[in-house]
Amino acid sequence: MRQKKKQKDRIAYLFLLPSMLGVSLFSLGPLLLSLFISITDWNFTMGFGNWNIVWLDNFIALLTDEWFVASLVNTLLITLVTVPVGLSLAMIIAVLIDSFCHKKLANALRVAMYMPHICNIVATSTVWMALFSAYGPFTQLVRSLGWGNPPKWLASYTWALPALMFVIIWAGLGYSVFIYSASLASMPKEIYESADLDGANGIQKFLYITVPQLQPTTFFLTITGVISSVKVFGYVNIMTKGGPGSSTYTLVYYIYTSAFKYYKFGYASAIAMILFLILLIITLIQWRVNREEA
Amino acid sequence: MKGSLQTQTIQKKIFSWNRLLKALMTVLLILFALYMILPFVWMISASFKTEKDVMAVPIEWIPKTFNLNNYKRVLNIDTKSTTNYHFLLAYWNSIQVSVVSTLCSVFSAALAGYAFAKLQFRGAKVIFIIYLAQLMVPSQLTLIPRFLFFSQIGLNNTLSALILPKIVSVSATFLVRQAYISSPTELREAAKIDGAGEFLIWWKVMTPLVKPTLAAVATVEFLASWNSYLDPLVFLSDWEKRTLPLALNQFIGTEVTQYNLIMAACCLTVVPVFIVFLFGQKFFMKGLTVGAVKG
Repeated sequence: MRQKKKQKDRIAYLFLLPSMLGVSLFSLGPLLLSLFISITDWNFTMGFGNWNIVWLDNFIALLTDEWFVASLVNTLLITLVTVPVGLSLAMIIAVLIDSFCHKKLANALRVAMYMPHICNIVATSTVWMALFSAYGPFTQLVRSLGWGNPPKWLASYTWALPALMFVIIWAGLGYSVFIYSASLASMPKEIYESADLDGANGIQKFLYITVPQLQPTTFFLTITGVISSVKVFGYVNIMTKGGPGSSTYTLVYYIYTSAFKYYKFGYASAIAMILFLILLIITLIQWRVNREEA
Repeated sequence: MKGSLQTQTIQKKIFSWNRLLKALMTVLLILFALYMILPFVWMISASFKTEKDVMAVPIEWIPKTFNLNNYKRVLNIDTKSTTNYHFLLAYWNSIQVSVVSTLCSVFSAALAGYAFAKLQFRGAKVIFIIYLAQLMVPSQLTLIPRFLFFSQIGLNNTLSALILPKIVSVSATFLVRQAYISSPTELREAAKIDGAGEFLIWWKVMTPLVKPTLAAVATVEFLASWNSYLDPLVFLSDWEKRTLPLALNQFIGTEVTQYNLIMAACCLTVVPVFIVFLFGQKFFMKGLTVGAVKG
C-alpha cells in the first residue's frame, strides 16, 4: 500500500517536472536572486561575483533619486488615469453595443476595437508617433477642430505623458469591452424586465442594475489593468525614451535603462523589488476581496 | 374604444422613438469603432504612398495609386539599394520562437494542470500555493537574473533564451487545470480498470476532452510570444537572431523620416497577426474569457 502511494507520488512529480523546472529556474529562483542582488552594489561590468553587500543603501539612494521618484509618480499617474477612464469608457460602450446593435454588427464592432490589442507594440507605437508628429493626422485633426497651435505631443514636457496615456487607453479598450460584453451576455434578463414594469428608464437601469451587476467584472479588469499599467515599458521605450527630461519615465523603463544601459544591476534590482512590492500589495487586495466574495 | 386607440398611438410613438435611438446609437458606435481602427487605416494607406504624399494635407485616406515599391524595398525585392533589412529572416526567427514556445508552454501546462486536477500526491497543496504565488512575478521582474543565468550558460543571444522560460506559464496551467477538473472522472476510472497507465490515460483519454481550452491557451501564448518586445530587446543583439518586433525597431531607427517605408514594414508585421486572429478568433476569445467571467 505504502509502496503504491510512493509510486503515485512519483508519477505526479513526473507530470509536474517540466513546469517545476520552469518555476524554479525562471520565476522563483530569479526572484530570490533579484532580492539578493538588490542589496549589493554590483555593476555587471565588474564581473560575476565581484559585489559588496550594502544592505539597504540602494533603497535609501532611491528615495533621493529624482529619476526614480519621477518614474514612480509617472507610473502611478498612468495607472490612476488609464484604468478608471479606460474601464468606464469600455463599460459604456459594451452596454451600448449590447442594447442597441444587431448581433452580427456587435461582434464586428468588438473585433474592430480589439485590433489594437493584438498588434505588436512596436508597430502601434510607430504608427502613433507618425500620427502625433507635427504634420501627422492626429495633429491635423486637432487643428481642424479649432486648436490653432497644438503642442508637439511627444516632444512636449506637459503633453508627452497624456499622449502616452491616450495610446494606452486606446490599446487596452477593446479587451475591456470584450470582457464586459461576455459578462453582460451571461446576466439574467429578468431583473431588467421587472425594472421595465416599474417604469425605470435606460439611464436608471444602467446605473442601478448594470453597474452593480458588472461589479465583479469591473474588479477583475481593475486588477489586470493596474498590473499591466504598472509594467508599462514598450510604448515608453519606442515613443519617448522616457523624455523629454524625466516626464515619461516609468518603473520598468528605469529598470531597463539602469540595468542594460548602465549595467547597475544592484540598483536596478532594487527598483525591481519596489515593483514587486507594488504587485504584491495589489495581489493581496485581490485575494482578500475574492475570499470575501466566496 | 377611444382609450385603446390612444394607447396604440402612444405605443407607436414610443416604438419609432426607440428605433430612432437605436439607429442613432448604431451609427455613433460604428463611428467610434472606425476611429479606433483609423490608425491602422492610415498605416495601410501610407504604406502604398510615396514619401511626398504621406504627410500631405488634407489626408488622403485612399491613396491615388497603389504602388508596391515600399514593400519591395523593405523586403529587398529587385531594388538597387544595398541596405538589406533582413525582414524575412526576422519572420523566420519569430515563427520559430513563437511555435516552439507555444508548444512548450501548452505541453507543460497540460501535464501540470492534469496533475493538479486529477492526481493525489504528497505536497500537492504546498506546490499549488507556490504556483499561485508565481502569478505575482511578471517577466519584467526576473529580467536581470534571467540575463545572468543565460550569460553564465552561454545562451545569451540565442533564440533558446526566449523559448526556455516558456516551459512554464502559470496562467495557462490554471486554465488547463480548470478544464481538467470539469471533465468527467468516470472515463479515467474506466481506463484505469482496463489497466492503462497514468500517462496513457492523460494523453489518450483526458487530454482530448480539454482540446478547446488547449487551443485557446495556445492562441493566447502564440500572440504573446509573437509580440514580445522587452525580452528579445535584452537577450538578442545579433541581427541574425532578431525577431520581428526587433527588426521593426531597428528599421525605424535607420529610416527615421521615411514614414511610407516604415508603415510598409509595420504592415508586414501586423497583417499576419490580423489574419491569424480573424481565423482563430473563436478560440482566442474563449481563452480570454475563461477565468475572467464567472458564471
